[in-house]
Amino acid sequence: MKLHPILAALRRHKAGVVLIGLQIALTLAIVCNAIFIIGQRIQRIQRPTGMDENNLFMISQLWVGAPTGDDQGSTDKLDAMQRTDVQILRNLPDVQSAIAINSLPLINSSWTTGIGMKPAQERETAHAALYFGDEQMIPALGLKLIAGRNFNVGEIQHMGARGHNRPPIVIVTRTLADKLFPKGDALGKTIYVDRDTPSTIIGVVARMQVPSVDSWARDFTYSSVLIPTRLDANFSRYVVRAKTGRLDAAMKESRAALFAANPMRVIDDEDGVKSFSDIRANAYKADRGMAILMGVICVILLAVTGAGIVGLTSFWVGQRHKQIGVRRALGARKVDILRYFQTENLLIAGGGAIAGILLAVGLNLWLMQHYEMDRMPVLYVLAGVAVVLALGQASVFVPARRAANVPPVVATRTV
Amino acid sequence: MFAYYLNLAIRSFKRNKALTLLMIVAIGFGVAASMITYSVFRAVSGNPIPDKSAQLFTPQIDGWGPQQNLQGEPAEALNYLDAMALMRAHKAKRQTFLYQVQLSVMPNGQRDLPLSANGYAVTSDFFAMFEAPFRYGSGWSAREDAARASEVVISRGLNQKLFGGADSVGRTLDLGGHDYRVAGVLDPWNPRPRFYDLFSTSGFADEPDIYVVFSRAMDLHMYPSGRNSCRGQLTFTTWEQYTQSNCVWITPWVELDGPAEAADYAGFLTHYAADQQRAGRFDWAPNVRLRDVVQWLDYEHVVPPESRISLAVALGFFLICLVNTIGLLLAKFLRRAGEIGVRRALGASRREIYTQFFIEAGTIGAAGGLLGLLLTAAGVSGVGILFQPQIAKLARLDASLVGLTLVVAVAATVLAAFYPVWRAARVQPAWQLKSS
Repeated sequence: MKLHPILAALRRHKAGVVLIGLQIALTLAIVCNAIFIIGQRIQRIQRPTGMDENNLFMISQLWVGAPTGDDQGSTDKLDAMQRTDVQILRNLPDVQSAIAINSLPLINSSWTTGIGMKPAQERETAHAALYFGDEQMIPALGLKLIAGRNFNVGEIQHMGARGHNRPPIVIVTRTLADKLFPKGDALGKTIYVDRDTPSTIIGVVARMQVPSVDSWARDFTYSSVLIPTRLDANFSRYVVRAKTGRLDAAMKESRAALFAANPMRVIDDEDGVKSFSDIRANAYKADRGMAILMGVICVILLAVTGAGIVGLTSFWVGQRHKQIGVRRALGARKVDILRYFQTENLLIAGGGAIAGILLAVGLNLWLMQHYEMDRMPVLYVLAGVAVVLALGQASVFVPARRAANVPPVVATRTV
Repeated sequence: MFAYYLNLAIRSFKRNKALTLLMIVAIGFGVAASMITYSVFRAVSGNPIPDKSAQLFTPQIDGWGPQQNLQGEPAEALNYLDAMALMRAHKAKRQTFLYQVQLSVMPNGQRDLPLSANGYAVTSDFFAMFEAPFRYGSGWSAREDAARASEVVISRGLNQKLFGGADSVGRTLDLGGHDYRVAGVLDPWNPRPRFYDLFSTSGFADEPDIYVVFSRAMDLHMYPSGRNSCRGQLTFTTWEQYTQSNCVWITPWVELDGPAEAADYAGFLTHYAADQQRAGRFDWAPNVRLRDVVQWLDYEHVVPPESRISLAVALGFFLICLVNTIGLLLAKFLRRAGEIGVRRALGASRREIYTQFFIEAGTIGAAGGLLGLLLTAAGVSGVGILFQPQIAKLARLDASLVGLTLVVAVAATVLAAFYPVWRAARVQPAWQLKSS
């Protein structure tokens, strides 16, 4: 088929051609960026915390009338209260294990600090989040120890929330170990966690995400340090694993049991006892919402663009009714007419797609500059081009078939 | 004439139901997407205190130095020493110092379980500076600040829970084991974004329950329940060591009338920092800032990125819907070239043709606007999927948004119709009559 007659005809419909081309270009730009955003958000939502999250829930509570001082007596009292609570939780019929811990992945309340290789190092070697707990921390959270050993009961200390003594041993995540010791020989080495006291790495866990999912923590998402110390403050967090299938029952009985043992505390009605699946849903709420919004906009956009092509091509078919009849009378087959409109659409959509590639890359660069977006891989643009070209062909098919069905006899009617 | 053209427009829609419906749906979706995202954007980017935003300033003093500050910018709050120095100097007409506290409300006769109350320790000017509305009583005065009095102002919500909504001024409240006298009860008051505390909140927290006297909170060693940011090695354990540390946790605000006063105050801050340098406390040149409310909201990036991105995407979407509408209107109008030719031949002026087709386009725009209104109403109640609940509930369909939706839909469609209408008006009557 020769392109010349098609181009000649298009020149007579400049406005329509430009409009369809523009629409395809804009659609391509938005759709491939939107799909890229969806892909990124889904990746974020699905990344693992490193814990076994099934049947896990968290209790946050505040003591009322508890000691507030920083002296040894106060911290000892708070430590005793905390240990009593943990024991109460562990004795419940639907509870498998329970620990006290200062924070948890995805809850956005973190203690982060710089890690150095020398005492009083000026620039930190790595940044990490600290988790304070006892020897039950690893089994209760379901973390995987991949090297070294867990803490012993005898190694666990306790201190006030503003205390500074760091124990001589720590367990770190693999990500942090690799960052500090790229040769992979972190076990047994000494690091400095936010002050002068040296700590020896006695174990490495496969993965433990930091508490924050905000953008400021994105450079150290999996850099965590487990510290064998119970923190004693006038509030505490307990992480409890329910027996399989007993999550709801365990959550109810935990609240009741804690209040029965000591009513002088506040546990928030809504957020005080929260299953980890709720914590996860809440942490990634904006990401999921963004992915849904982008998905909905993509679908509507493609539908509107497709329908627009159908509308405008139908108009052209109606306009050229007679010319089609003449071509048919002069010997063109139905398939020739069909091909004509399909090729015409391919030309317009192709032109629009070329402009759209530039727009898509421009939009991506703009988003990178303003919203911490990554560079979009070429694959997304190519996929977008394939989608808009396929959309064009699918939408042009209905009016093109109607054109192909114009009978040759039309040519003989009044001209 | 208007009624006649409207009638013609409706006839034309009936002839081409699918095409007309397509335009209406495209405009409806486009305008709804834009309005839903705009309603959120409007809420989060609004000025929370428009009549005073140019008079309220937050001073910043760099107590960390070039190695440890925020890439050249001073910390977003003050440490205790600098806050106390500004408080004593009292160089502004009004000033307040504040930080977040959390206290437990002890059980009284009505309840047997304690409650947790969140709020602020503030100095007396807080209420007047930020125009907090009182239901009962009032704030406290500088005298109570100096007397380190146990006064508290509570929210209407807490007053409802504790005193059943009665006038509780003068009653006593046990907070964290200490008695406080209720000085006042506020009407619901939660400016959003919460410009006065962008250090501990992102600007959209729930309404605070209590406000206590700052100097009293110092006496009781009330550690901040909100953010606390330190540099270098942490060596403090006791309250006294904490107040001497470089940790920042106190947000200062001053009220200044006009640029001259602001310049004076900025000069005072520089002077103060220079004094600290001379005294050897800072070994770096003065690095101070004095930002007003709008500059502060901007500097703290209060508008969440989701809001901007979704607004940009929605506007792009609307643009595509309009391009689509231009194409479809062009097809629709030019298909009636014959009809236009007849009208022109019978004496209709170009102006008449313009009027007729603009009315037709405007009608489509109005129909699209109505559909958009329905979709906006549905969407505004569904923005909870994208935003945190505190932000989502700010999006409302009020009269101005209803008006804006309709106006934008009609105006955009009429704008889109310019080219198609111009083409229609250029139809040559003689040529059309000959060819048909």
